[in-house]
Parts: sequence; C-alpha cells; structure tokens
Amino acid sequence: MQPFSYTSPRSAQEAVTAFADAGKGARFIAGGTTLYDLMKLDVEHPSHLIDITAIESLNRIDTGGEHLRFETLALMSTVAADSVVARDYPVLAEALLKAASQQIRNMATVGGNLLQKTRCMYFRNGANGVYPCNKREPGSGCSAIGGLDRGQAILGASGSCTAVSPGDWPVALLAMDASIEVLGPQGSRTLPVGGLYRLPGDTPHLEFTLEPGEMITAIVVPKTTAGRRSTYHKIRDRESYAFALASAAIALEMDGDVVSKARIALGGVATRPWRASEAEQVLVGKRLTPDIALAAGHAAFNDARPGRHNGFKAELGARTVGDALLIAFERNRS
Amino acid sequence: MSPRENPSVETRRDDERVSNNAPFAVSRRTVLGVGAAVVAGSLPISGFGQGSEIADNPVGSLPGDPAHSLQLQTTVNGQPVSVVIDARTSLLDLLRERLALTGAKKGCDHAQCGACTVHVDGRRVTSCMTLAAKMEGRQVLTIEGLSGSEGLHPMQQAFIDHDALQCGYCTPGQIMAAVACVAEGNAISRERIQEFMSGNICRCGAYVGIVAAIEDAAAKMGRG
Repeated sequence: MQPFSYTSPRSAQEAVTAFADAGKGARFIAGGTTLYDLMKLDVEHPSHLIDITAIESLNRIDTGGEHLRFETLALMSTVAADSVVARDYPVLAEALLKAASQQIRNMATVGGNLLQKTRCMYFRNGANGVYPCNKREPGSGCSAIGGLDRGQAILGASGSCTAVSPGDWPVALLAMDASIEVLGPQGSRTLPVGGLYRLPGDTPHLEFTLEPGEMITAIVVPKTTAGRRSTYHKIRDRESYAFALASAAIALEMDGDVVSKARIALGGVATRPWRASEAEQVLVGKRLTPDIALAAGHAAFNDARPGRHNGFKAELGARTVGDALLIAFERNRS
Repeated sequence: MSPRENPSVETRRDDERVSNNAPFAVSRRTVLGVGAAVVAGSLPISGFGQGSEIADNPVGSLPGDPAHSLQLQTTVNGQPVSVVIDARTSLLDLLRERLALTGAKKGCDHAQCGACTVHVDGRRVTSCMTLAAKMEGRQVLTIEGLSGSEGLHPMQQAFIDHDALQCGYCTPGQIMAAVACVAEGNAISRERIQEFMSGNICRCGAYVGIVAAIEDAAAKMGRG
C-alpha cells in the first residue's frame, strides 16, 4: 500500500477545503469498507486521505418531515434499524439488511455505500499487470469479456466493461425516486440518485458524476404510500452475506388489485443501478397476477446481452422481479 | 489440544500466563512490543498484552516521511493507549503487532471472514478494515478485555459448553460478534442468530454449536 497522509476535518466545508488544498491524489474516506479494501489490493493509491467521519452532525436521520432525510455519515446498521424506515419503507430496510454483515454495516455509511466499487474479480485482483482492466487502467483491455464472466452484467455493458454495479441500497433508493445532496468547491447541488451513475461506454473508469472534491452530504427520499407496498428481493449464491446474482427493488401504488404505478429497479445484473421502465409499463392498469408479474420480469430483460457464463441471469432476474412484485403486493394489503 | 484448553478462552492472569509459557511470551513481547506507549491505568486488565512493559519502549517517530505517520490516543480494554502509527495501519495490526493483543485474528484481511471482530464504542466491527487512525478518542474492546474478575464471560463459557469450535482460529471473532449480536437484540431466534452471525465464517463448520452457544448465553446475559 502506498504511504499517505491523513487528516480528519471537523466540518463538511473544512473537508471540501482540505481536498482542494491537498491537490491530486486526495480522497475522502468515510467507513473505508471499499476504499481501504481496494488500497490493500493496490487498486486505489491515494496520497492523502480526508476522513470525514469525525464531522459532527453529518449522521442524523430525520423521518419526521415531508421527506426521509439521511445524512451521509449515518451508518447502514442505524438506518436499517430505524423504526419508521423498517415499518413504512421495507424496501430500504431490507436492502440494507441484506447487504454485507452487521460488522460492515456498523462501519459503512449510507452515503459512502452509494460509491461502492464493483466486485468484478479482474478489477479487484488484477493490479500490477496481472489482468488488464479498462476500469482500473484505462485502455488496457477487459479480461472479463470472453473470460470468467458468470458474475458480470447483462444490462448496460459495453465492449469496454461488463462490471456489475454491486450495491443493494442504491437500487432501493432508485426505486424510491430518491435524490442526493452534494457539497463541493462550487457549493451545493442536488441530483436524482440515478444521476450519480454513468454507463461504462468507452470510459468505464468514470463511474460517477461527482466532480473532483465533491462529497455526498445527504440522501433524501420522498415519502410515499408506495413505501409500505415495497420490498427488496435479493437472490444470492448463499442465503446470507453475499453479493446479488439478481435483485429487485419494488414499490407499488395500487387501486384495489390494479397497479396504478410501479417502480422497479434491478441489482446484480447491470453496470449501474438499473431502472426497469419496460417492466413498469407492463404492469400499469393491470391486475397483479403471477402471470403478469412474470411477464413484467421478462420485459425487464428484453435488452439483456449475456456473455459466456452469465446467461442464467436473464431468467433468474425475470423470476426475481416476478416474485418480488408478488411479495410487495401482499404487503399491507388492506 | 482439546477445545477446553483453547487459549482464546483461558482465564489465567497475565503473570501466570507468562510463567507458564515463558519462552513464547518473552519472545513475543520482545518482537512485537516495540513502539507502543501504554499509559498505565489503575489496574491492569486481565490479558491486556504485556501493557506495562510495552510502556517502557515508546517510539516518538517512525521511519519515513513524518507526514505519513500520526499520533493516536485511544482506549483499548479500558486502558489509555498513546502510540505513533503509520497512517496505513489497520486497527487489527495495531492490536496484534504493536499492542501484543493477538486474540483478534487475521483471516482474510478484507472484512470477509469476521475473525478480526472487535467492538468500537460498543459496536462490532472488522478491525482489519478499520483504519487505526479512526480510533482517536474511541473505546476498543477485544476478546482479551471481555472476561472480568469473575471469570469467563457467559458467551465464552457457552462456547466451551457447546463445543462451538474445533480449531479455534475464528473463535475470538465469533465470540465478540456473538456478544454484540445479543446486545443488539438480534439473538431472539435461531434464524435471526444465523442471519446476524453470517459475517463470521467458520471453516471447521462448527455453526450448530455456535448458534446453540449464543442461544444459551443470550438467556444468561438477559438474566445478567
């Protein structure tokens, strides 16, 4: 691991200033469960770490207003255990509880989680010229294409990169139309959570739309009755503590048994948190039956482009969506 | 060695351990104890490395660029610790290599196996993926600080009673995670224990015993 200097500013503004002062090689660090991990693997090489976790009053959870508001340093475990979140927005609580282990949820923050890096094994384990990776070393090539690609994306991939966006929490937030607040050298701004993520295209090393020196300060989720008819359904190689092979975040607005609005987002199958608009369209105005739920699931994968070993994800993903729709539908049925 | 003699759950006092394992204790102290200044507290806590002796070897600076090291003030098992560390140091390496607290184990070093689990301000974390620098002003509890003057913690005793280990390598992490699991209120059913202990891998496959031990200890801790 490359040596680095370390500071822990006491306010968000101080942190942004420290970043600008530190110049190239500066990185913000919160829980560190991605960044420190990748530093150990020689994938990340910051020369200066700005630890934002000592900032006071950037970890509050406010569920009392018109929105749910989670400040960036709130821990995954804390938000998952919040009584309002657990009762009225199960998609959010489940996405957090099905991510990582309790130890990691006690370290990782809800803001930092949005910037989690892919688990593509060629990206993680191929530093120092072992495996080419366009995300790690732009222009070097992609070892996953034509390689061991069982875990790779079948939606949103390009000829440069098929790495899966690994998160659960961003997928749930996408289904809830959440937005994020950002602070940077040019001040603060707000963007939809989906606007944070780029498709890989020819530049897979550019994953997020944050500008240098910008940090996420809060996540804002609109309050909606669809929250109660929501779920995060995650299919893994083992029952717990694993990344998704396929997952679906669902939030439904119903008029009796008829779907008036559906929000569906996918994880484990795409290069970014993936909104399944085609599947949503299949459902609107329809009675939610097992057949129509599965049809919506298949619609979500109309554009799937499997590689050699990951073709199973299209059918698995479709059934995950179908099952998730029925789980959400049965919730709070009254 | 049978599980009942596993050193990770022993209760002998420091001085007894040193005399019983003198060659090992001396060499470990000599090699690993360099550079940490432990400010002597009131009473030494059972199993806290060789704290008072470490204090004899303070190091004011480390080799290399001074910008890459920092002074850390933290508390480990109730004792204040003041130490200069390389900024890259993990909490696990601080505990094991500088403070001679080798209960927490390095399994994967990537927060995947849970063998390094300790408590920070009462929450369980993987110490391998925690920057030691983050411990400024925090309270760290390791397996060495778990048992009190009355002997084994109920969770330690339960692990013995239920044969909840074979090789024992994952056990300190399992026990620290299990104690937190109970404290969080997540030890209320077998299913929930399994889910909330999934971050601790046991390659011997002692899971049945581990879950039984936690159920047993949870009842006793509740009566506490």
